[in-house]
Amino acid sequence: MLTDILGPSFPYLSTITLSPFVGAILIMFTPRRSPWVIRWIAALSSTVSLLLSVVLMAGYDWQRAGFQFRERYAWIPELGINVGLGVDGISVPMVLLTGLVIFTGSIVSWKISDRPKEYFALLLVLVAGVFGVFVTLDLFAMFFAYEIAVLPMYLLIAIWGSTRKDYAAMKLTMMLVAGSIFIWIVMLGLYVQTGARTFDIEEFARLQADLPAMFQIIMFPMAFIGFGVLAGMWPFHTWSPDGHVAAPTAVSMLHAGVLMKLGAYGCIRIALWVLPVGAQFWAPMFLVFGTIAAVYGAFSAMAQRDLKFVIGYSSVSHMGYVIVGISTLSLLGLSGAVLQMFSHGIMTALFFALVGSIYDQAHTREIGIFGGLARTMPWFVGFFSLAGLASLGLPGMSGFVAELMIFLGAFQTYPVVGVLCVAAVAVTATYILRLVARAFFGPPNTRWSGLHDMLPNEWVASVMLVITLIVVGIYPSPFTNMIQASALPIIEKVGGVR
Amino acid sequence: MAFDISQLDYSLIVPDLMLLGLIFVALGLDLILPHSQKKLIGWVSVAGLIGTVAAAAASWGVRENFAGVLRIDEYSVFFKITFLLAAIGIVLISMDYVHRFLPNPGEYYGLILSGTLGMVLMAEANELLTAYIALELLSFSSYVLVSYAKTNLKSNEAGLKYIILGGFSSALLLYGISLLYGTVGSTYLPDVNTAVARFGELPPAFSIALALITAGLGFKIAAVPFHMWTPDVYEGAPTPVTAYLSVSSKAAGFALVLRFLVGGLLPIQDQYQTFFGLLAVLTMTLGNLVAIQQRNLKRLLAYSSISQAGYVLVGIASLTSNQEIAEMATRGMMLHLLGYVFTNLASFGALIAFQNASGGRELITDMGGFARRAPFAALAMMAGLFSLAGMPLFAGFVTKFYLFSAATRAGLLWLVAIAVINSTISLYYYLLVVYEMYVRTPPGFEAADTRAHARTMTTAAASPVAVMEGAYGTTAGTVMEASYGGSAAAMALALAPAATLSAGNGHAGNGHTTGHNAAHVDTHGSAHGDGHGGDPERPSIPWWKRDITADMPKEQSFPPHRIDRSLTLGLILFMAGVFFIGTYPAPVIDILQAASDALFARS
Repeated sequence: MLTDILGPSFPYLSTITLSPFVGAILIMFTPRRSPWVIRWIAALSSTVSLLLSVVLMAGYDWQRAGFQFRERYAWIPELGINVGLGVDGISVPMVLLTGLVIFTGSIVSWKISDRPKEYFALLLVLVAGVFGVFVTLDLFAMFFAYEIAVLPMYLLIAIWGSTRKDYAAMKLTMMLVAGSIFIWIVMLGLYVQTGARTFDIEEFARLQADLPAMFQIIMFPMAFIGFGVLAGMWPFHTWSPDGHVAAPTAVSMLHAGVLMKLGAYGCIRIALWVLPVGAQFWAPMFLVFGTIAAVYGAFSAMAQRDLKFVIGYSSVSHMGYVIVGISTLSLLGLSGAVLQMFSHGIMTALFFALVGSIYDQAHTREIGIFGGLARTMPWFVGFFSLAGLASLGLPGMSGFVAELMIFLGAFQTYPVVGVLCVAAVAVTATYILRLVARAFFGPPNTRWSGLHDMLPNEWVASVMLVITLIVVGIYPSPFTNMIQASALPIIEKVGGVR
Repeated sequence: MAFDISQLDYSLIVPDLMLLGLIFVALGLDLILPHSQKKLIGWVSVAGLIGTVAAAAASWGVRENFAGVLRIDEYSVFFKITFLLAAIGIVLISMDYVHRFLPNPGEYYGLILSGTLGMVLMAEANELLTAYIALELLSFSSYVLVSYAKTNLKSNEAGLKYIILGGFSSALLLYGISLLYGTVGSTYLPDVNTAVARFGELPPAFSIALALITAGLGFKIAAVPFHMWTPDVYEGAPTPVTAYLSVSSKAAGFALVLRFLVGGLLPIQDQYQTFFGLLAVLTMTLGNLVAIQQRNLKRLLAYSSISQAGYVLVGIASLTSNQEIAEMATRGMMLHLLGYVFTNLASFGALIAFQNASGGRELITDMGGFARRAPFAALAMMAGLFSLAGMPLFAGFVTKFYLFSAATRAGLLWLVAIAVINSTISLYYYLLVVYEMYVRTPPGFEAADTRAHARTMTTAAASPVAVMEGAYGTTAGTVMEASYGGSAAAMALALAPAATLSAGNGHAGNGHTTGHNAAHVDTHGSAHGDGHGGDPERPSIPWWKRDITADMPKEQSFPPHRIDRSLTLGLILFMAGVFFIGTYPAPVIDILQAASDALFARS
């Protein structure tokens, strides 16, 4: 067992979370004129987190569902904030996703030569916050890490971004922090209403039977919307396409690949688990929101001319599937939603890495201008086509398994929703295939004959992501076993369909 | 409260006496030292203040009355140490500014110290007239400090406004105290407490007295609607004095208010919960909404400090008859004030660094590119602003969280919701400042510190533009302009002085710059070569030797601002405080536990 190398009592989770943070601090003290030292520090701290998250994946025992790899630290004892860390079958894929995306993202970002020091420091602090959200079992610590994950986005987009970066950075930051207002209220409301002198999530879940139904019904939409803003849930998704387009490559990868999953994770872990009565009451409304997001996102993506906007709206659409999966309150739906979070995260990270490589050379992303790139950039087109096929849910890639489970869950509960979502898949196929055909195949545009294919660092990152997509698509059972084992208690609590 | 004057235990007030001695030392040194050596007074003051902190810390655990008018307990020692640390910080960040821009630097330090003495006595006062005298000592020092820049019109206007409005509100305070004396029969706070507990129904004169006292003290803490002096006075005063007013003076006001409310009025506190809640809402909201409009950084920080006082007022509204919750609220307020001291001093310290380097500019738009030239000061400003907005990792989050937890337990979730919304709104205008510092690199912004560069800027302007246009082609060039956030001309002008620097003066660290212009042409050429792969004239480069940074814009180098040693030391201390409270507040909360116990214990 991989866990035997370091032993069972090694603090895996805190190392995973703090490794990027330590890397950021080291980078702050590195002199500005040694950019390669900075790049390698960033790569190494991401590698540590990635390797440990793989160990986590291998070492998690799905047959013994529940939180494992536990740690506990006293932080503010007077408020009862004893930070418990632990992962279950839903968090482990998320941690692995984050490890993969930050590793590939930091490799792809090696080409940044304007202020790389600040860039990598901010990126690593952001990732430390993301890891913190996934591994912690204390609501205060989760919120703390959540805000750490949101705040560096402003500077990362505003300094190193592209199209309308100032507007997008401010809009994104203000909307995400405004969403967190709701989480504040839920957090403090739970603290006082449960009478528990603590912010421990498991404690809240245990005491939820004592919470009056009206309290849960009022708090649930606040929690779901508060986290849903980050998940890009319609109608609070408007920050997302602008943010995707404006952000630099690795930031887009993290943003669409991981940050939006933070929101969905919060919806599951806090809103569903701690406020189940509220979930039963409000789930149909959020089901409608998710369906609208899926369909509307797909149609919007079809209308876009900018490559990154297409991917941005497709993210809204795919996160719509996730919200649908969660809101069906069925075991298949919830498990599919979590797997879709993982799969979409990898796929969208791949998309953005590829778009970044072509944008940095061509300085344009307009689909109509490109043409016949397959001849000069074969690797690029190959990877992009694979990513596109994963996006439309081709069997053999992870998107298919995830979407299949979500649709089965939807058909079990609300068949109309299932029909609409499958229709959205058809629209997805349309815009993806049209995009690939128009931009990459066909007669070559001589204007782009000077473009070079993928740089070695981009190639390595893309290969890693593609292999993950295919492996999970062909052999998803390690993931689906652990996800379903941990989703079952939540579904039982909510009283959903098994 | 009768006391025997021959039996006074002077060891209780040793820190106060040390501070008094320090004032005279500072003024004396001012007479002796020649002008060029007057910075020594600042360092002597810092040393003396550190000694006073040690003396104050040594008296931790004592709970005694002094002469019936002062109460030395953990509460007053906590605030004493806070004010002394704030004074150390202010002296550190003032030293360079004072010697550049203000006349008579020696008296400045004496006045700061005398104001600090007033604050210390305010925290210790257990009797209303003593509190009044201490408050006046602080006020008079502040009046002089605000108008210290004698030849500056705004400073004079600020001083005049401050003294008139300050005198008026002191009069109101005194009238309120006298009415209180009339209804209660004593100005000694424990006696007030006993009398108030016995009131069946509040006599009308008592309510009027409370209203007048609220007006008088509300002026000091700049609560709405007693805040009108704050923006003009903060903007006109010399920046270190603004820092002093916003940090120490406000904290002293709150120390006095807390002592008065808890020591004197606790039995009737429940009746005023809604009133203080309303005051808190007005203060927070007005401060935040008007701050969005500000173009002057000092005015923006003034309105932001008004709204910060609003958050502490949320704590005051949470003082209920349930002692456990009231103690938690008190701890929250003290924690927030402590965090606020470090936070605001970090922001003002960075602002002073900017003013020192730019010759006294204070508009937000003047700060463009500050992060490139003074990265540490910009980081301190950013840390201070994010802490004020209540973002995690910084002190502001933990302190606000603690305060809001106490308020929620007191049943004021509605007030907490408004407070959190206000926190979010404030993030917007703080981000505007961060944007100016970090994101914008306006053309010719080095002009503030350039004497030699100015003449060379225009001549070299043409060439980088031509290089860019030629290398990338016009349309791609335009796309790149828009995407990298500045017009081509702006980039050219920003490049030009950097390019000519390497040709001209001997500034260090600009080997990048000429390389930058050349790199545009060279790397583009090599990119062409690699793309053609099978191009017969050039051998293709093996993949491990390719320059992967070829497509991206290179970093420009800018001449750094020199920041004074004392200012750097101050910024390091403040940032350490902000991060420490923000990540590991448990030790501080333990200290506050003892302080709040002392406040609520009957004397």
